[in-house]
Amino acid sequence: MTAIEDTAAPAPLIRSRHRSRLDRREGRAAFFFLLPGLIGMVLFLIVPIIASVVLSFTNWKLLGTPEFVGISNYVRLFTADPQFWPVVRNTLFFTAEYLVLNIVISLGLAVWISSLKMGQRWFRVIFFLPTFTPGIAVAIVWMLIFSPGGFFDYVMGALSVQVPSMLTDQTLAMQAVIIVSIWAGVGYNTVLFNAALDMVPQSYLEAARIDGATAWDRFWKIRLPLISPTLFFGTVMTAITSLQVFDQIYVMTRGGPGNATSTLGYAIYQRGFQNFQMGYASTIAWVMFAMIMALTAVQFWLQRKWVHYDN
Amino acid sequence: MTTRTRSGRALALDILNHGALTLVALLFLFPFFWMVSNAVRSNAEVLAIPVRLLPNVFEWDNFAKAWTQLPFGRFFLNSMIVSVSVTLITVVVSCLSGYAFARLKFPGRDALLMAYLGTLMVPAIMLIIPLFLIVNNMGMVNTFQGVILPVSFGTFGAFLMRQFFLSIPMELEEAARIDGASRLRILISIIVPLSMPAIGLLSLFTFIGQWNNFLWPLIVMTGSDNATLPVGLTYFQSQQGTQWNFIMAGAALSMLPGIILAILLQKLIYNSIALNAGMGGR
Repeated sequence: MTAIEDTAAPAPLIRSRHRSRLDRREGRAAFFFLLPGLIGMVLFLIVPIIASVVLSFTNWKLLGTPEFVGISNYVRLFTADPQFWPVVRNTLFFTAEYLVLNIVISLGLAVWISSLKMGQRWFRVIFFLPTFTPGIAVAIVWMLIFSPGGFFDYVMGALSVQVPSMLTDQTLAMQAVIIVSIWAGVGYNTVLFNAALDMVPQSYLEAARIDGATAWDRFWKIRLPLISPTLFFGTVMTAITSLQVFDQIYVMTRGGPGNATSTLGYAIYQRGFQNFQMGYASTIAWVMFAMIMALTAVQFWLQRKWVHYDN
Repeated sequence: MTTRTRSGRALALDILNHGALTLVALLFLFPFFWMVSNAVRSNAEVLAIPVRLLPNVFEWDNFAKAWTQLPFGRFFLNSMIVSVSVTLITVVVSCLSGYAFARLKFPGRDALLMAYLGTLMVPAIMLIIPLFLIVNNMGMVNTFQGVILPVSFGTFGAFLMRQFFLSIPMELEEAARIDGASRLRILISIIVPLSMPAIGLLSLFTFIGQWNNFLWPLIVMTGSDNATLPVGLTYFQSQQGTQWNFIMAGAALSMLPGIILAILLQKLIYNSIALNAGMGGR
């Protein structure tokens, strides 16, 4: 019956019917191909995201039933929790200093490496190595370096510089965490920026050189604008990860001395998995998310002033 | 004559430039050196003042001692099981989803792809608490499933594989379609063999990411025997007085796979990062 209809129908109709059957078959195939990923995504991404919002409005402490408490977690966080503002300040302080140092140092190293005639890839590998090693192992060796009477104190003593022990000093502990984070994190951006510099057409630089531009001019007026989209990408990604800093702090200072190095990431762990305040910790997580979004938005807004897209 | 002196000066500058960066690189490598140097001395000597760059007596068997003092072999194996399993699941799931996104038509495809990309923006640490509750409800706390499954379904892989599949010419699979091969068959015998660079990249970064992962295994693996390497390392810390020499030996061992991979696969890593740089984050 259908066969007769098909042959009798005008050509375009056959095509479209054939197509729609094909589409349906493709749709079914797509469903099966996507199924494992979808199940995983719903179970381990979508449900947790929703649960995290809901939890942040409860007072759940892992045992017992969660009780809906409205926005009181948020109110308590912003108005009553004596540790919250110091933690926010520590996080912003870490992110600001780390971000600036990371971008400046990695850009400097990238430019330096790209000026070399040989061995570029070996220098890239060396600066990249910490990126591929466990953050915990990195933090542990730096803890030894910074321990009282350790290598850092020895160098400072040799230079006759009087510094208190880094990890036990209220103001210096965060600096120690930042040094470690820079050492561990600068390599990725170095390779990223170095790759972007490699892609700047040599002809542009040659032309500028012939026109009498100094090396400094060539850097500021040609290379930097041309790699600015990559620089922007690196800055955004680095900011997002640095707001979440955790491993170094867990190993080196546990948020101390006092509260000096306690950041949002550490506070979420502490409240959630040491005090079992799951609801309250979720509230902190959402504050962190809001900060990440805000910082990213600011960066996207600022990019109009300094990022040059070549189109 | 002048050209020769100019090129002579350029050469001298070149040597100076390479030398200076070599010095910076050596300083940068110092923590690695310090780790090994302290791994092979006695604990008393680690803490001795003044600091010495090299140990008086090299105790190379510290590596073996550290390995046996805690169930280090077990930690190593646990890390391997977790990292390899997550990598396998991620690659299989990403190839399947990536193929659907790249080659199949279905309603809502673009919206779904956008949803996949959207989840990339959610920071991992935010989901830690609800993920733990889900794992807890499924009775998977302190199990390998518990530590493996929740981190195996990241949406980045699907997007990466889609981008790569789009670059494979359609004609290559059309012939197979006409011969009546199924979609799955085409994916396995045509698309996947052509996608080894992208699959290699996804595997490499997934494996290393899991090998180095700390917070999630710390939370899920509550029994000490099930700890992964990074979590196991912190056990040296909490014992009666830190055994610095053993902890350094353990840390050095835990770094080995990453260092070997970074050196062996430097070209692949550079190319993948260069791809990011080329797209400029757009």
